[in-house]
This record gives sequence, structure tokens and C-alpha cells, in this order.
Amino acid sequence: MPVNYYIFLSLILFSIGIAGVLTRRNAIIVFMCIELMLNAVNLLLVAFSKMHHVAALAIDPASTVGTEAQLFVFFIMVVAAAEVTVGLAIIVMMYRNIHSVDINFLNRLKH
Amino acid sequence: MSKLIYLVPLFPLAGFLLNGLGRNLLSRTLVSVIAVGAVLASFVMSLLIFREVGAADFQTQVVKLFDFIKVGKVDIPFSFQVDRLSVLFLLIITGVGTLIHLYSTAYMHEEKPPHYARYFAYLNLFVFSMLLLVLGSNYVIMFIGWEGVGLCSYLLIGFWFGNEAYNDAAKKAFVMNRIGDLGFLLAVFWMMMRFGTTDFAQVFDKAPEATAAVMTGITLLLFVGATGKSAQIPLFTWLPDAMAGPTPVSALIHAATMVTAGIYMITRSHVLFDLAPFTQSVIAIIGLSTALLAATIALRQNDIKKVLAYSTVSQLGYMFLALGVGAYTGAIFHVMTHAFFKALLFLGAGSVIHALHHEQDLRNMGGLRRKMPITHITFLIACLAIAGIPPFSGFFSKDEILTAALLKSPVYYVLGVAGALMTTFYMFRLYAMAFRGEFRGTEAQASHLHESPAAMTIPLIILAMLSVAGGWVGIPEVLMPDAHRLQSFLAPVLEGIDGQPEAAHHLSHSTELMLMGGVLVLIIGVITFAWRKFSRYDRTQEIEAGGIARLLENKWYVDELYAAIVSKPLRALSAFMNARVERQLIDGMVNGVGRAVQYGSRQLRLIQSGQVGSYILIMVIFLILFFILQLFWNIQ
Repeated sequence: MPVNYYIFLSLILFSIGIAGVLTRRNAIIVFMCIELMLNAVNLLLVAFSKMHHVAALAIDPASTVGTEAQLFVFFIMVVAAAEVTVGLAIIVMMYRNIHSVDINFLNRLKH
Repeated sequence: MSKLIYLVPLFPLAGFLLNGLGRNLLSRTLVSVIAVGAVLASFVMSLLIFREVGAADFQTQVVKLFDFIKVGKVDIPFSFQVDRLSVLFLLIITGVGTLIHLYSTAYMHEEKPPHYARYFAYLNLFVFSMLLLVLGSNYVIMFIGWEGVGLCSYLLIGFWFGNEAYNDAAKKAFVMNRIGDLGFLLAVFWMMMRFGTTDFAQVFDKAPEATAAVMTGITLLLFVGATGKSAQIPLFTWLPDAMAGPTPVSALIHAATMVTAGIYMITRSHVLFDLAPFTQSVIAIIGLSTALLAATIALRQNDIKKVLAYSTVSQLGYMFLALGVGAYTGAIFHVMTHAFFKALLFLGAGSVIHALHHEQDLRNMGGLRRKMPITHITFLIACLAIAGIPPFSGFFSKDEILTAALLKSPVYYVLGVAGALMTTFYMFRLYAMAFRGEFRGTEAQASHLHESPAAMTIPLIILAMLSVAGGWVGIPEVLMPDAHRLQSFLAPVLEGIDGQPEAAHHLSHSTELMLMGGVLVLIIGVITFAWRKFSRYDRTQEIEAGGIARLLENKWYVDELYAAIVSKPLRALSAFMNARVERQLIDGMVNGVGRAVQYGSRQLRLIQSGQVGSYILIMVIFLILFFILQLFWNIQ
């Protein structure tokens, strides 16, 4: 499959993420949209990595060029998982304190 | 002995500090002893140094005390120059100064103790500054003294600071002096730039290398300084107003010493002035015009001190005439004799004012000779001296100046004689109105009329003796050969740049005697006329002055002229600057910046909604903008 498809898919996912972050008020949905953007980038990384790898294989069948990025993606996923726990914990604390997960309710940055 | 020269100014400085700091603690007697003692000690030191300097083999000595300014190539030491010129001035300043300090102890006895001490502190500070002025061995030290005497003059004119008019007079004197000082300062800077030094000896050595234009520029600027300090046209108007100060101050500062600073400075720099003939003509013309202008004004003044003030301006004009025609000895000679008789006149006037309880109007005096015999006799001597009757001192010095003027130009001579006749007239008008005829004051004044105490009459007597004998050091050759001791005394200091002695005058003896006799006859005629006319002065017969007399009474409207051409435009300009530039432009700019920031913040504050979403939206918008921008950037 041409790399364009992956790029377009990643772009669409990222845009959905942005749109979600900008329009939704529910903190959990905003959080999910952030994850979506993160994974859109991951997808792009894997796609480019694969593209490079295929190109390198054509020259040298034993080449490992471009495989490192696929490893990086796992790292990113692990880090993202850790980040999700922190983020969810914050949201839980928020709910416990103000009985709401509406981010517009938290407009204290103004002051 | 001349190594101890620093003691001479040190005594008055110590006196100033003691009296100034201890003004609330010291008793009146102690203050007097400190003040008079300090100046007297300086006088004794000066006499000792004078003896050494008078020796035939004496060489000019420069005594360096410490480094004053030492930056890069500029090296200005704090050093004193001991030579015959400075020592002569030391004697005049400390000698007349001592007498006037002594006189002041009686004249100022009505003052409360702190003010009494303040007065003497200022007076001592003045003597200190004046000594610094004449002792400095470079123009910078001279300038320190120059400024110091200006400050003391200001402080003492405004000594009775409760009176608004006196304060104004003090400010006027200070501002006028500042104008002149600027000229002096610019001249010093120019010297520094051109010669790299302000040391007298070095500047004089290098002066012949400079172009005529530079020398004319420097000397003209120096002369501007002299016009301020020595009250010459156009900066003379402060001196008559300076009479607001106590009378001994007028005698010391505004007659005998400070106002002669300009003459000292020019004589000291005579090498420079000899190289600038144009400046010399300017000095002669300004001096002569001042002499005549002030003399005419003095003819119609009725305030005893005002007459003397204008007389001082006029006599200073004579000294400048002498400087302008190159007769430096004549100028210094006149400084000396003038210091004696003008101090005497002022102190005599002070004695009269004291006796009449601060009455200064001549029209309310008269007949004082019977009640105040010592004041009367001494005053008469001073009048004869200033009028130029031999053998009184004024005759010799004025004769020397007039002879030098004649050698330069007969016009100078004729105008100079006219000025001398006017001087005679107003002095004897003053004398006759004050001392002759009958007393015209109030009954209360008449009953309190008394001769002044000894502390005042002793200085009068000493100064009277000096006014008689002071001229005998400079008897012209025509009357007695080789009797001009002052000339031979000053000859080493005043020799020209090429080592030539000051030009001696070559006028045949018969001509000189004839002119001398002619002038003398005229002067005696004027004396008789003034004496007869004003001895029978009756204010009821006074007719309304008209024409020229009115012009003279109003001092040629010089003050009004200055007000019209300087003060008024300046005020108008200031008002304009205040209303337009200051309030509208500057304030407008400052307030505008403030208002713009306030308005901008008010608008920008709307962005800060506190909604996280809107922040992120703005962030995204700008990120996209940057991406687009970068896209175009890369394409280019």
C-alpha cells in the first residue's frame, strides 16, 4: 500500500483529535482526543519507518535500516500508557473535588 | 619663607570653619577675635613674604601643595605662585581686609550672635577665596578662587535674607557673574585644548606658537570673564544693586578686592593679551565707555552708596582702559590706590549710615562735619584722592593711566579727562551734600548723631593715611627721577614675551607737565563749583529733572533695556516652552504612552477568558499559521 494512505489516515485522526480537544467539554473525551493525536503521530512514524525499510531492502536484503523507529513506537506507547494513568488519576481527583468533569468549569486560569 | 605661602590662605579658611561651625556656641568677642586674627595673621605672613620677594635676586617660585587633577596627559597641580604681582595683591587683600574686618566688628554689632558669626564666616571665606585666586599658579586654581569670591559675594549681598529685594540683588549679581564665568571657563578649556596645560608659565611659553585668531579668541573669552567679575559693560548692572549688602562688604568685596579680580587676571595673562591687539582695543574701548557711562550715572544719584558704586564701576573702567593701552603697572597702581580710597569712602559712608540709623539718602543728610569730625576729615581726604589732587594717591595712578592713554590715542585721553572731571564733580557733590550745609534729617536723627566708635574710626584713619601716601610709590619720572618704585618692583613680572620690559612712555617733560597742570586746574575748578553749589543744597529748590538729567537719574535705562531685550523674550520663550513643548509635547508623549498601554491591555484582556479551550484554539491557530509561513519560507 502506498505510504500516502497512511499519511492521510494519520492526518484525519490528528484532525479529529484536535477538533475533539477544541470542541468537547468533557475532560475524559478531551483526554481521549489527545490520545488520538498521539497515536496519529505513532502511525505516521511506523509508516515512514516501514517505507524507509522497504527502500533499503531493495538495495541490500540484509539491511535493518528503518527498523529502529518501530521500536521507538513501542517506547512511545509505553510512555503514553504511563501518562494515561496520571491523566486519568487527575480527572478522578477533579471529579472527586468538584463533582464534574467539565473543563470549562475550571476557568481559574483567568485569575 | 615663601615655602610657607600656604599659611596665608589657610588662616582665613580656619577662621571660616571655626566661625561657621561654631556660630551658635562662640561668643561675639571670640568670633571677632578669630575673624580679625585670622586675616591679621595672613597679613603678617604676607608682609614677611613681601620682604623676601622684594629682594633684588628673587626668582618666581611655584610651591606645589598636592596633585589636584591628574588624568592622562592633563596634570593640574594644586600649587601657588609666589611672585611680586601676587604678593602685592596679597598685601592689598589682607591689609585692607584686616581693616574692614575690624571695622565690621563695630558696624555689625546689632546683629544677633549666630548671624554675627555667619557674617564673619562669610567674610573669612571671601578672603580665603580671593587669596586662592591671586595665588593659584594655573588657571584652574584661579578659577576656584574666582568662583569662590562670586559665591561669597552672593552670600554677603543677600546677608539680610529677610528682605526680598536684597535676595533679588544677590541673585542678579550671581547670575551676571555666571555669564562672565562661562567665558572664563571656555577660555580655560580652549587653552587646555590648544596648549594641553593651564599652568601660567607653560601657557605663556607656548602662546606665541598659536595663531592670532586663537589668541584673540582666548583673550576675548578671558575678557568676558573679567567684565562679569569687574562690572564692565555689558555686565556692570549687578554692582550697583550689590550695595544691598552690609556696607563693609561693599567696601571689601565690591570696591577694593573682588571687582579687581578681572584686572589681576588680565595683568597676570598680559603675555596672551600682548599677542592679541584686537582684544586690547576692545578692552580699552569697553573700559573707557564703562568709565564714562558709570560716571554720568553717578552725577544724579542720591543714594550715598549708589554714587560710590557707580564711581567704582567708573574707576574699574579706568583700570581696563590702562590694561587696554598696555599700561599694566598703571592698572595695578590704580587697583592699589583705588583699594585704599574707595574702601575709605565706603567705610566713611558706612560710618555716616551707622550714625543716621540706616539713612542712605543724601538729601536727608548735610552738616555732618560738626558731629562726625574724624569721618569728615577722612572722607574729604578720600574725595581729594579720587579726584586726583596731588599729593594724594589718586593723582599719581590716574595720571599714569591718562598719560598711557594719550600715547595710544588723544581721543582716549580727552574722554578719560572728561571722566575724571565727572568723577570729581559727583564726589564733591556727595561730600558737600553730606558734610556741608545744615542737617536736613529728622529731629530724632539729629539728636542721635554721634561719631562712630574707635573700631570704626581707626580703620578710617589708617586708610586715610594710605590714601594720602599710597601714591608715593609711583611718582612719575617728570616730577622726581627714578621714584617710580612700583614700576621697578613689578618689572620682572610684567616683562613682555621677548623679555623686554614694559614699554616706558616717551612724552616730553614739558608736555607732560603742561597737561598735568591743565587737568589740575580743571579739577580744582570743578571742585569749587560742586562745593559751592551743593553746600547750600535745599531740597525745596529741587526742580523736576528733565531731558538728560532724567535719563541719568534712571541710569540710562540700562536695566530696563536688559529687561526688554533679555528678560522679557526669555520669559516669553519660557512661557511658550512651558505651555507648548513641556505640557503638550513632552507630557502628551508620556501620557500618550501610558494611555496606549492602558487601552491595549484593556483590549488584550478580553483574550484571557480562562477557558482552556479558547487557549488551545489560539495555540492551534498560530501553529497552523507558523506552518504555513514556514512552507512559504522554504519555497522561497
